[in-house]
Amino acid sequence: MLRMLKERLEAGASAEEEVSALFSKINKSRLNAYNVLSEEAALERAREYDRSPWGGLLAGVPIAIKSSISTKGIETNCSSRILTGYIPPYDATVIERLKEEGAIIIGKTNMDEFAMGTSTETSCFGPTKNPWDADRVPGGSSGGSAAAVAAGEAPCALGSDTGGSIRCPASFCGIVGLKPTYGLVSRYGLVSYANSLEQIGPLTLSVEDAALVLDVIAGHDPRDSTSARSEGGYFARIEGGVDGLTLGVPQEYFGEGVDPLVEKAVWDAISKLEGLGASWKKVSLPHTRYALAAYYIIAMSEASSNLARFDGLRYGLRLGADQDWHTTFSDIRAAGFGPEVKRRILLGTYALSAGYYGRYYLKALKVRTLIKQDFERALSAGGADLLVTPTMPFPAFRIGERIEDPLSLYMADVFTVPINLAGVPAISVPCGFADGLPIGLQIIGRHFDEAAVLRAAKAYEGATPYHEAVPKEVV
Amino acid sequence: MAEKDVIIGLEVHVQLNKLNSKLFCGCSTDYHDSPPNTHTCPVCLGLPGTLPVVNKRAVEYAIRVALALNCAIQGETLFYRKNYYYPDLPKAFQITQYDFPLGLGGSILIKGEDGEERRIRITRVHMEEDPGRLVHAGTIDRAKYSMVDYNRCGMALLEVVTEPDLRSPKEARSFLDKLRNILEYLDVFDGNLEGAMRIDSNISLVGGERAEVKNISSHKGVEKALAYEITRQRSARRRGVAQVQETRHYDELRGITVTIRTKEEAHDYRYFPEPDLVPMRIADWVPRVEAKLPELPDAKRERFVAEYGIADDHAKSLTSEIRVANFYEVVAERAPPRLAAAWIADVLKGELNYRDVTIERFSPDQMVVILDLIEGGKITEKGAVEVIRTILDGPGETTEADPAAIVATKGLSRVEDDAVMAAVRAAVEESSQAVADYRAGNEKAINFIVGVVMKKTRGRADPGEANRLVREALEGAGRA
Ligand SMILES: [Zn+2]
Repeated sequence: MLRMLKERLEAGASAEEEVSALFSKINKSRLNAYNVLSEEAALERAREYDRSPWGGLLAGVPIAIKSSISTKGIETNCSSRILTGYIPPYDATVIERLKEEGAIIIGKTNMDEFAMGTSTETSCFGPTKNPWDADRVPGGSSGGSAAAVAAGEAPCALGSDTGGSIRCPASFCGIVGLKPTYGLVSRYGLVSYANSLEQIGPLTLSVEDAALVLDVIAGHDPRDSTSARSEGGYFARIEGGVDGLTLGVPQEYFGEGVDPLVEKAVWDAISKLEGLGASWKKVSLPHTRYALAAYYIIAMSEASSNLARFDGLRYGLRLGADQDWHTTFSDIRAAGFGPEVKRRILLGTYALSAGYYGRYYLKALKVRTLIKQDFERALSAGGADLLVTPTMPFPAFRIGERIEDPLSLYMADVFTVPINLAGVPAISVPCGFADGLPIGLQIIGRHFDEAAVLRAAKAYEGATPYHEAVPKEVV
Repeated sequence: MAEKDVIIGLEVHVQLNKLNSKLFCGCSTDYHDSPPNTHTCPVCLGLPGTLPVVNKRAVEYAIRVALALNCAIQGETLFYRKNYYYPDLPKAFQITQYDFPLGLGGSILIKGEDGEERRIRITRVHMEEDPGRLVHAGTIDRAKYSMVDYNRCGMALLEVVTEPDLRSPKEARSFLDKLRNILEYLDVFDGNLEGAMRIDSNISLVGGERAEVKNISSHKGVEKALAYEITRQRSARRRGVAQVQETRHYDELRGITVTIRTKEEAHDYRYFPEPDLVPMRIADWVPRVEAKLPELPDAKRERFVAEYGIADDHAKSLTSEIRVANFYEVVAERAPPRLAAAWIADVLKGELNYRDVTIERFSPDQMVVILDLIEGGKITEKGAVEVIRTILDGPGETTEADPAAIVATKGLSRVEDDAVMAAVRAAVEESSQAVADYRAGNEKAINFIVGVVMKKTRGRADPGEANRLVREALEGAGRA
C-alpha cells in the first residue's frame, strides 16, 4: 500500500488529498488509534509537497509514529498522564531520517503506558480497539500503530519492540511488523523503557513496505553508542525466495498453551514454505522456559531506573504543590503513573536493590546469555537459516479479559521475548485466521540478517492471500 | 600535629575542565561566566529518549591522570548507573564507574610531617559525570525555594580515592597540593576555576567510627575541617561519647563541622551497568597515552637537581607549579642556573605569593637581566629585590618594564650607591656647625646635612636613604 501510494504520488496524485482523506477517516474512527494528531502541520507539509514535490524514498508519504518516539514540536506522551503536554525540542534519529526521505508525520499513536503491556489497555487515553473486532485488544504495546495501519488510518507506522511490542499487535491486527536486530536502528529519541531490549521498527501492510521503511531508518547513528553499521538495501534484495533455505522449527514453541488453530495455521505456513523450496527441521531452544522470568526482571529493572526522571519538575504533569521536594514529587508520580507502570517500577527497584541484585538481575543476565547461545546454536552455519514459530500463542483477546491478571498477560509474550533477549531480528506476517481473527507467523533470523527474514516473509506473502483481507471495522 | 592515632582518607572529585565538551554530550564546558542553563542540550538535561555518548578525549585524559598517579589501567572498563534522587540530577541517576574503574592501586609521594617522604596509596581512579547545581534562596535549611542550574551537569569528573594513609590535616593538604600540581602538569585541569576540585574526607581516631566531611572546595578548608574534627572527636572521646559513623558538613564561615546524617539512612544506589554504553577496551589506548605523558613533578625535580646542580629544596619549590618550572628552565638557559634557582625560588615566588599574582606577571627576560646585573656586581641584592618589587607593583602588564631602566631611575646601581656614600661623607665633613647642633640634641639639624647630600648628588639620592646614611655616618663618627 505504501508502495502503491508512492507510485500514485509520483504519477501526480495530490498529497494534500491523500493526507486529508486519511484524517477524515481518522476523525470518524472509533478505534482510538491515535492520542495526538498533527493534522494542520501534516496538511501544510502535503500542500508544500504538491507545490513542489521533493524526492526521497518516502516522498510525500504520511506516516504514524508511536507515542514513545520523540518528535520535535509534537507532543510525545507515551500514553502516560505524567508526560501529557510534553513536547520534545528535538527529533529522534528515525524521525530525522523519515523527514530526510520526505515522509509526512500525521500523528502519535496510542500505546500501553510507557510500552508496558500486551494489549494497549494500560494507556491513560483508554484502550485502542482491534479493527477486526472492536471488542478486542489490538495487542500491545504498539497497538495504536498496528490498528492505524490495519484500518487504513495510516499507510505505515513506526512502533517499538521491547518484548514483542511490534510483532504482537501486528499479529493481532493481521499486518506486518518487523523487529530489527538490536543496534540496527538508532534508539536516540525513543523514550526508554528497557534500553537493552528495545528496537524501533516498522508496521506495514506488506513485507515490501517494511523493507522500504527499514531502508530509511536503519544505519549507524553516532548519538547511539549501541548502534551498528547497516548494509542497507533491504528493499532491493527482497526477491529471491526461500529455495534451498533450511527452516528451524523450535519444539518449545508448539504444544501446551498454544491455541490449536494457531498451531495449525503455523504448520500450514511451514508446508507452504516447504512447497516454495525450503526444507525444515526441528530444533531446540532449551532455555526458552526461563526467558519470561529473565525478560521481566531485566525490563523492569531498567524501567525502574529510566522512569525515575519523571517528576514533573521540568516537563509533563504539574500539580500545584507547595511542599518539600519529596512530597511534591511523590504526589506527582502517584497521580501521573498508572498501576502497571507502578508495579514494574516497584518490582524493578526491588530486583536491583542491595542484596537482591545478584539473586535476580545478575542471574537474569546469565539466563540471557544462555538464551542468546540457544539462538546462535540453532541458527549456526549448518543449522537453520531461519526459525519459524507462532508470533502469539492465541489470537486477540477481549478488552478487559486479562488486564486484571498481569501474570496471564506476561505469559502471552512467551514466543516474542526470547528474540529480544537474543537481540536477533524477527518479523510477524499474517498466516491465517481463527474465528475471524488474524494469526501471525514469526520468522526469526541471524543477527543483522534482516535481508533473509524479509526475503522469506515476502515469498510467503506472495504465495498466500492473508495480507489482503480487510478488517470489518474498515468501511 | 602528626598524631599516631589519626586516620584520614580522601575522595577527591576533579573536574576535567580543560576538555572542550562534556563527558556524554557535545555541550561546551566553558560555562563559568555564563547565565544559568545556557550550556545544556537534550542529552545533559536528561530529556526522555536521549542517550549518552562517551567523549573519547575525556577517557584519554582520565587515563593520563591514572597513569600519572601510578595506577594499573584496567583492560576493560564500563559505566554503571548510580540511582538516586536529587533535583540537580535530571536523569535521577548518575553515570559513573563501579566494579571496573579505570585505574586501580596507585600512589603519590608527599613530604610527611616528619619531613620524610611518604607514599600515599590511591585505591582507585574512576570517571563520572557531574550533576548540576542548586542555588538556594537563602540558606540550605531555610530556603523558600531553590533554583537549578544545569550548566555543570555532565561535566567530566574524575574521582580519586585514597587509602586511609594520611595522618594529619597538614598531610592531607600536602596530598591535595601535590595532586593539583600533577593534574596541572598533565594539562587536564585548571585549579583556579570554581568547583574544579571538591573533596570528601573521612576521618577517625584509632578504635573509633569515622566521620565523613562532605564537599569541601578548598585545600585550606580541608585542613581546617580535619583539624576541627580531630579536636571534636578527641574531646568527645575524653567525655566518653562514642563517635558514630556519620556524614558531616563543613561550615566554612564558622569553621566548624555539623552532622547531616547518620549511618541508618545510608543510600541504596542500585548500581547496574549502563545499558546505553558499551564496555570500553582501553588497554589498547594506554601505550599511546603513555607516550604522550609529560614529565611529572617528581621526575622534573630530580632532573633539575641533576641537570642544573641546584639544591633539592630549590628544585622542589620550582617544580611545585608547572608554570614556575617552565619559567625557571627558560631563565636557566641564559643565566647561571644556581643563581637563578635561588632568586626565583626564594625571592620571586615570595613576592608573587605576597601579592597573590601568578608568574605571568613577570617575564624570563626581566629575570635574566636582573641576574646579569647581580652577577656583574652592578646592583646589590637589596637593589635587585627593589627592582623585582617595582616591576610587580607597577601597573597592569608589567612584563614590559625594563629592569635596567628601573635601576637608573631609582638610582639603584652599586656605582651610584658609592656616589651617595661619598656625598654623605663630604657633607658631614663640610657641615661642622650642623653636626655640632645635631650632637647637641637638635634633631632638625640633620635636614641641613641631607640637603647638602641632595645637592651634591643632584637629587639622585633617595632623601630617606640619604637621611639614614647621614645618621649612620654621624653615629660612626661619634663613636670614633
Ligand atoms: Zn549537553
